[in-house]
Amino acid sequence: MTTTTQMQALATQVRRDIVRMVHAVQSGHPGGSLGCAEFFTALYTSVLKHDPETFTMEGHGQDMFFLSNGHLSAVWYSLLARTGYFPVSELATFRRLNTRLQGHPTPAEHLPGVRVASGSLGQGLSVALGAALAKRLNNDPNLVYTLHGDGELQEGQIWEAAMFATGRRVDNIIATIDYNGKQIDGPVEVVMPLGDLRAKWEAFGWIVLEMDGHNLVEILTVLAEAKKLTGHGRPIVILMHTHMGQGVDFMVDKHQWHGSPPSDKDLESALSQLEETLGDY
Amino acid sequence: MTHYTSTEQKDTRSGFGAALLQLGRSNPDVVALCADLTGSLKMDAFAKEFPERFYQAGIAEANMIGVAAGLAIGGKIPFTGTFANFSTARVYDQIRQSIAYSNTNVKICASHAGITLGEDGATHQTMEDLGLMKMLPNLTVINPCDYNQTFAATLAIAEYKGPVYLRFGRPKVPNFMPADQVFEIGKAIMLSPGSDVTIIATGHMVWMAIQAGIILQEKGISAEIINIHTIKPLDTQAVLTSVKKTGCVVTAEEHLMNGGLGDSIAQLLALQLPAPMEMVAVDDKFGESATPEELMVKYGLDIPHIVEAALKAISRK
Repeated sequence: MTTTTQMQALATQVRRDIVRMVHAVQSGHPGGSLGCAEFFTALYTSVLKHDPETFTMEGHGQDMFFLSNGHLSAVWYSLLARTGYFPVSELATFRRLNTRLQGHPTPAEHLPGVRVASGSLGQGLSVALGAALAKRLNNDPNLVYTLHGDGELQEGQIWEAAMFATGRRVDNIIATIDYNGKQIDGPVEVVMPLGDLRAKWEAFGWIVLEMDGHNLVEILTVLAEAKKLTGHGRPIVILMHTHMGQGVDFMVDKHQWHGSPPSDKDLESALSQLEETLGDY
Repeated sequence: MTHYTSTEQKDTRSGFGAALLQLGRSNPDVVALCADLTGSLKMDAFAKEFPERFYQAGIAEANMIGVAAGLAIGGKIPFTGTFANFSTARVYDQIRQSIAYSNTNVKICASHAGITLGEDGATHQTMEDLGLMKMLPNLTVINPCDYNQTFAATLAIAEYKGPVYLRFGRPKVPNFMPADQVFEIGKAIMLSPGSDVTIIATGHMVWMAIQAGIILQEKGISAEIINIHTIKPLDTQAVLTSVKKTGCVVTAEEHLMNGGLGDSIAQLLALQLPAPMEMVAVDDKFGESATPEELMVKYGLDIPHIVEAALKAISRK
């Protein structure tokens, strides 16, 4: 069992990985990744039933995770590497020629841990629902987890999937929304308001939970509660309140850091705020 | 000319439905999804016999494609069903990312393809689908010609591991291929050997190509008739061998000239064996409402046009 102190140390190292990866190739999406460092850390160290050594596409006997907002690849790759899916040193190949660590995740390069391509938004919930139905057919009691951006909820397919999940009574799925209120062009409330997000999901028949995405104890508690609520005929969604760019003061809550790489000077400043807890790649 | 007889008129979609039911009985991993067109796709027998393996997706095709990809990731063999237009153009990016690029084992099964959808008109007729699908890497594209071949193709794609687009149609058409045929994905079928012109047809146009061959024979012309059911991967060897022998080629398909079978064969021949070629296909037009028979004549997808194209190809040698 990983302690929350250990998890916090890992999350800090993951943040270092993120800014270093994006800086190295001067491309990528640091903001959302930084905001979800605690979530991924909790998920991969303490929530998912998984085994990097025996990863299979089918995922029989294990929980599955689908990243729908694929531009958060940096945080996912960091956690996959640091929990044993592939060597940590491979993070240095992020977005470079012949890498398995494509700009957006894909199974095409056979990277362990990735089951479907994502990046074109709005598709991951549907795919995860299919995987959840397969688990049901296989009498596999394990769960399917997903992560989505809040801006991503502007895609119509998300709501097709939301309707399908309740219509077909898929109750072995826990979806999480990275509710940071920011997207490329600005605040979500300006670009295209989501309105009462809780009411929207509830109207579609989902059980809605909320949590502070930067509080590891709360993340663990709410994910445990979500797990208890599975198997009762309804899908579960967690509105996870986060700050884009969390952990790097000049990036916090700035939508400009959705998809911009830090300069050399920015990197220096960012790394000075993030202790090298577990060793850089 | 090798002789072919049609014992009865049957719709290709019924061949799909019957084979899907058989697959349900023989392969427990086969699952099916439909977007509110279960009767039109002839999926109702499967849905009735295997309700736990059938998912009604409602009128939400994008989600259906994604759910199918997820089922495939979980080890199932999903068959999706809706009209060809809603199976392709409407969900192109979902197919591209979640199925083709991710290489998920989904069988996209599309009925009412082409202009023979008829009276519903151009909103529902697609003559672009083969082009859209063949452009996607990893995707196998199949367009069988009659009930028996659609039945055989449906069984074959369940055995093949990888994404497939299977296209079939609405109207009752001659059923002339053998019921016990072995369907080999990617393998052209020599229907009738000849020496003066190669006629390569796919889908509903194959029967017409045979009829055109008979008319050409009466004119003293020996046509080689080839049935290509797999648009991608194309049986390049069969095409090259035949055109080397005959020296010219006609393609016939219920599709736009852009992106169809003829377009693939033109590319192959331009690169490897330039030869006079004529295409029987629709030239950059949408369809319209009418009976399938009326539309096939108006849009030039009929026996006289194949004969005319063959004569023209020969004259250009």
